[in-house]
Amino acid sequence: MWWKILLFIAMSAMIVISFMTPAPQKMIGESSRIFYYHIPQAWLGVLAFLMSMVYSIKYLMNRRQADDDSAVNAARLGFVFIVLATVTGSIFAKVTWGSFWNWDPRETSVFILLLIYGAYFALRGALDVEEKRAALGAVYSIFAFVTVPFLIFVVPRMVPSLHPEDSIVNSEMKFSMGPIVRMIFFSSLALFTVLYFWMFNLAQRVQRMVRVQMELED
Amino acid sequence: MPNRSAGLANKTLAVYVKDLRLELRTRYALNAILMFGVTTLAVVSFAVGQTGLSPKLLAALYWVIMFFSAMSGLSQGFVREEETGTALALKLTADPTAVYLGKLFFNFSLLSTMTIIITPLFFVFTDAPNDNLAPFVLILILGVIGLCGATTLIAAIIAKAAVKGALFAVLSFPLLLTLLIGLISASQKVFDGQTIMEIGTDLQFLVAYAVIMITGSILLFKFVWQE
Repeated sequence: MWWKILLFIAMSAMIVISFMTPAPQKMIGESSRIFYYHIPQAWLGVLAFLMSMVYSIKYLMNRRQADDDSAVNAARLGFVFIVLATVTGSIFAKVTWGSFWNWDPRETSVFILLLIYGAYFALRGALDVEEKRAALGAVYSIFAFVTVPFLIFVVPRMVPSLHPEDSIVNSEMKFSMGPIVRMIFFSSLALFTVLYFWMFNLAQRVQRMVRVQMELED
Repeated sequence: MPNRSAGLANKTLAVYVKDLRLELRTRYALNAILMFGVTTLAVVSFAVGQTGLSPKLLAALYWVIMFFSAMSGLSQGFVREEETGTALALKLTADPTAVYLGKLFFNFSLLSTMTIIITPLFFVFTDAPNDNLAPFVLILILGVIGLCGATTLIAAIIAKAAVKGALFAVLSFPLLLTLLIGLISASQKVFDGQTIMEIGTDLQFLVAYAVIMITGSILLFKFVWQE
């Protein structure tokens, strides 16, 4: 219980500080504060996708229903975060680059990620036998994740990018943010990650209760 | 081990020959894929006019035609097994890797045939620059391998589902978009007159994509096939 109160206080403090301190990017100005929220969301979208894939591998190895439930819960949360990252990124793009969508490599990658999640849920919806749904969903999740390295490493080299290369890490692999910006950014990243695991845990417990109820009804 | 691998090659060949024979009897998939390709090509060519298209537009149009044609026919191999109820017999007689490779080669033959017919038509209809064909043929071969490598496993997945046709495109598109970006980028450079050496990075990308997708498919196929 105590850590939930602590999380609440810390997140409130982080949000307040993120608006009270000077804007992180002088050139862009006030709107650059969105970066404290946009990057953690994108990171969680990818992390959830990775977790979903790991649980899918576990399901294929052990065939335990619980692993499939976890994979779905991670994918659902990841979808929410990746939608949020797309929306915040699109607003930020409108402010700084002049249009909502530019087919920048990161935008392409996030779009493909959205499509993969969408296809994953579409596939699960089209299969009615539970074991079949779990196994085929797991295979698709793993197979789709195989393309992610291309999105991160190869596509950005083939398509010109508007995303700043040195916004977080510059070419010498050193952090290029000021100390206050860095503190707010990393606390935001950490707090959102804790929030994500809490949400994941809640989803897991709800799923377990649904399973118990289904067994009682049978 | 040599015994077993010889068995694998024989079984792969048997699956491939069986599918080829079945296809030659009905020509269902080939007709579908070919007519779809010709129709898309005609619509595109009609809409954008014949001459003066930029290399970028030509490359994009070509791969849009290829993508939709592939989507119309490549799922047939597995859907037919499920619909006629022969999947079970195949499961008993051949091991999953042989089935996968047989179907992969069959899809490769199907898409190659279609490419051989569609590509000259494309040059005729759109007046694309045809003085730099060697690198383009190389891109085509890698592109066809990549398309088949990614979609054969998806075809096996959707054969088990209730709504097959629409789902095939929905599941394939996110995986193929990465490949299509690479193919369009490479083809554009070829239409611009660049040589094989100059498009080396793009070719590496296409080879890596095909190798990763086919390896991933071989590892994952048995989980789909056993369902």
